[in-house]
Amino acid sequence: MAEFFTASVLVTTFAAGVRLAMPFLLAALGETLGQRSGVLNLGVDGVMLIGAFFAYWTVLETDSRLGGIAVGLLVGLAMGVLYAVVTLVFHAEQGISGIGIFLFGLGMSELLFQELVGTPFPIPALTEVAIPLLSDIPGLGDMLFNHSLLVYVGVVLVVVFTWVINRSTFGLNLRAVGENPEAADSLGVSVVRTRAIAILIGNALAGMAGAALTIELGTFQNNLTNGIGFIAVALVYFGAWRPLGVLAGSFLYGLVTATVTQLKVLDIVSGAAASLTTTAPAVLTVLALAVIARRTASQPAALTVPFERRR
Amino acid sequence: MTTQPENGPEAETNSGSTSASGTSVANTSVSGALLEMRGITKRFPGVLANDSVSFDVQGGEVHTLLGENGAGKSTLMKILFGMYSADAGEVLLEGRPVDVSSPSAAIEAGIGMIHQHFMLVPTLTVTENVALGLPHGVRPDLDVVRSRVGELSEQYGLAVDPDVYVWQLAVGERQRVEILKALYREIRLLVLDEPTAVLTPQEVDDFFVTLRALADDGRGLIFISHKLHEVMALSDRITVLRDGRVVGSTTPGETDRQELAEMMVGRQVKLASVQRQPADSSGESNPADLDYDARPANDARLVVTALDVAGDRDGVPPAVRGLSLEVAPGEILGVAGVSGNGQRELAEAIAGLRRPLTGSITLDGFELVGASPQRIRRSGLSFVPEERMRDGAIGDFSVSENLMLVDHGEPAHAVRGWLKLGALNKRAVDLVDRYQIKTPDVSTPTSSLSGGNIQKMIMARELSSGPSVLLAAQPTRGVDVGAAEYIHERLLAQRDEGTAVIVISEDLDEVLALADRIMVMFEGRVVGTVHRDRCTVEQLGLMMAGG
Ligand SMILES: Nc1ncnc2c1ncn2[C@@H]1O[C@H](COP(=O)(O)OP(=O)(O)OP(=O)(O)O)[C@@H](O)[C@H]1O
Ligand SMILES: [Mg+2]
Repeated sequence: MAEFFTASVLVTTFAAGVRLAMPFLLAALGETLGQRSGVLNLGVDGVMLIGAFFAYWTVLETDSRLGGIAVGLLVGLAMGVLYAVVTLVFHAEQGISGIGIFLFGLGMSELLFQELVGTPFPIPALTEVAIPLLSDIPGLGDMLFNHSLLVYVGVVLVVVFTWVINRSTFGLNLRAVGENPEAADSLGVSVVRTRAIAILIGNALAGMAGAALTIELGTFQNNLTNGIGFIAVALVYFGAWRPLGVLAGSFLYGLVTATVTQLKVLDIVSGAAASLTTTAPAVLTVLALAVIARRTASQPAALTVPFERRR
Repeated sequence: MTTQPENGPEAETNSGSTSASGTSVANTSVSGALLEMRGITKRFPGVLANDSVSFDVQGGEVHTLLGENGAGKSTLMKILFGMYSADAGEVLLEGRPVDVSSPSAAIEAGIGMIHQHFMLVPTLTVTENVALGLPHGVRPDLDVVRSRVGELSEQYGLAVDPDVYVWQLAVGERQRVEILKALYREIRLLVLDEPTAVLTPQEVDDFFVTLRALADDGRGLIFISHKLHEVMALSDRITVLRDGRVVGSTTPGETDRQELAEMMVGRQVKLASVQRQPADSSGESNPADLDYDARPANDARLVVTALDVAGDRDGVPPAVRGLSLEVAPGEILGVAGVSGNGQRELAEAIAGLRRPLTGSITLDGFELVGASPQRIRRSGLSFVPEERMRDGAIGDFSVSENLMLVDHGEPAHAVRGWLKLGALNKRAVDLVDRYQIKTPDVSTPTSSLSGGNIQKMIMARELSSGPSVLLAAQPTRGVDVGAAEYIHERLLAQRDEGTAVIVISEDLDEVLALADRIMVMFEGRVVGTVHRDRCTVEQLGLMMAGG
């Protein structure tokens, strides 16, 4: 146990935790936007998978990692169009159609991987960008300010989303549409448009989260996400529908995952205990959810409720 | 009330005048009406809700729509506001056809509506609610909105704090926010669908001053209410709807309540509330003589002792404080008081929907505190909640399903867990008939019933279950005069059959018409409990103010 508590191990573990948190953060931020508008998307995981595959393939073919991320984002956007049509035009039941999207993404990414690639060749990871001065702080610098661009983008997005939701006109519409769509509609706020934008951005971020994951891991395999998308949905509840809360949840999740991995690498836990600790992040999330859910009742009132004008 | 509007309620119609802020509204030419609805027809499955209705409003007038529950008033107004599209007919504003294909189009055209159920976003502030949907840049200009809201509230006496969240507001305040929303958008025509149903008598007085001021600035107002004395007091013109058709128009000067009631139902009616004298207020009863601790004549069935119940908000004193009451079989205890003085919390505590902080509630000696609502119902309590759509009925369920909701487990209605649907349907048909619930049939989803008919349905269910204690909150809210009479008769009959009845009502006339003893609540406490025939209206009014 002692070897875990050395400064260098702690710093690497923390840094790994921050990196691991990114796919969760991106996916959960996107889902936050969707849920604030009243749309639940259980298909995040599927969108991530399909985004991850196309990002992986792009990097494999072109060697451009930023290109891979962009492709992941665009593929997510396309999935968003599909989900928006299903939920907003056809008013489909959101829980069921979300699961449909998940299964589609799971199956499609597997099939395409089999057909187009076959063997999981490795791809290069993103290079780190050290922030001048800040990254020189001993310990803290490596923990927080020496990461790939994606990490900074994630954190900046938290700030941007907080502002957009709470201060912008779009955010005002978003909150109204998620709470009382009839009231918003009666004042000329387009419920469908507001929800569509939220869904598109949300899915684009899920696709990007998939890209982030595959590039972080440096490879692709079937069911690469292993449920990250579902955890992201849970993190939205954990974060009480606020970007900052989602950030906290993602970091917690990433850090616990990194710690467990580190403990296994150092052979501090092994065998059955090791498999058991692998469930720690999930168990922790459920516990945190249970505690938080008791306190905050801030769930958007119209979440999962389709909007249709009576005629 | 912050300021008096410039024009008193008596001021004559001055079409084309401008408000103090310089906002020009409704410029009505002598010939043309501000609003004209022509030949509006609307059919729902099984009902003709509006049958070629023609209706007009002049600028500067308050035009009342009157009619029984289900007559088609709300439907007509929802068509005007773009919430339903008419099957036939047209809407003209100042002589020109207008697009009312959606609420936002209606607002654009200058039409505003205050709904029976408010259209507010509870998690937004008052200012944000007003700002919603206005043309904004990337950021909403909340400061501009806030100051204009301030001006409007000053001008029309619509006091409300612009920075609090709507969920924190009392019902009367929410209504003011709705009106501010409409005024901000410079509407010329304002529709008010049963706005007074949720207001206290004092609030109604202030509210009417505001409405009159709005009309005096040239706007047209459409007013809907089941309270005939309000209709007589406020209206310039009255149009009566029956079964979706216009049966006539009149003015308060040419008619009286009796005639209005007859126009509504289309036959002779005995309007008890007109004949029944209000409590003797001429008697020289000295308040000091009054017994402020009137007890039931018989042994109590329901006993509430030293009850404390928390309200919805944290950090304020409990909504009910140290309250005790007793009700005996065969009597009606009326609970009077201005709304928001703990009545709702008291009712919810008795029904098991809200756990008291301290105190006890016993029914025939059985402790109800801590028991489940279902257990409480099985011990003989029937409950008519104030929030009918939230606590009283399930909108997606059919009328017959809602009618069987509480007693479907009874041997008469189910055998070994299987519902006797035939018997239940027959009973539903019978109740619909007896309570004159207006619905195409018993399999219609409840959410498509008119507001008053949903209330009648809940009353029918609760009264028919043979309760030993009946707790009814606002039993006739939103119900038309005829049906209100019937519900009163049923409540009195239930009392005569030996049920212990508690009626909670803000309507003092109703309490006086029903109660044997009257308990007045103020700020969560009992001010006093008096015998109905030994008190005066003045005394009760004083008690309601906490004195
Ligand atoms: N959305 C709907 N679907 C089906 N039927 C409806 C719908 N809305 C109203 N109706 C029916 O149309 C008729 C008129 O209803 P409306 O709500 O206009 O009555 P109202 O005059 O406002 O009554 P109340 O005084 O009880 O509010 C009723 O029979 C009602 O059941
Ligand atoms: Mg109505």
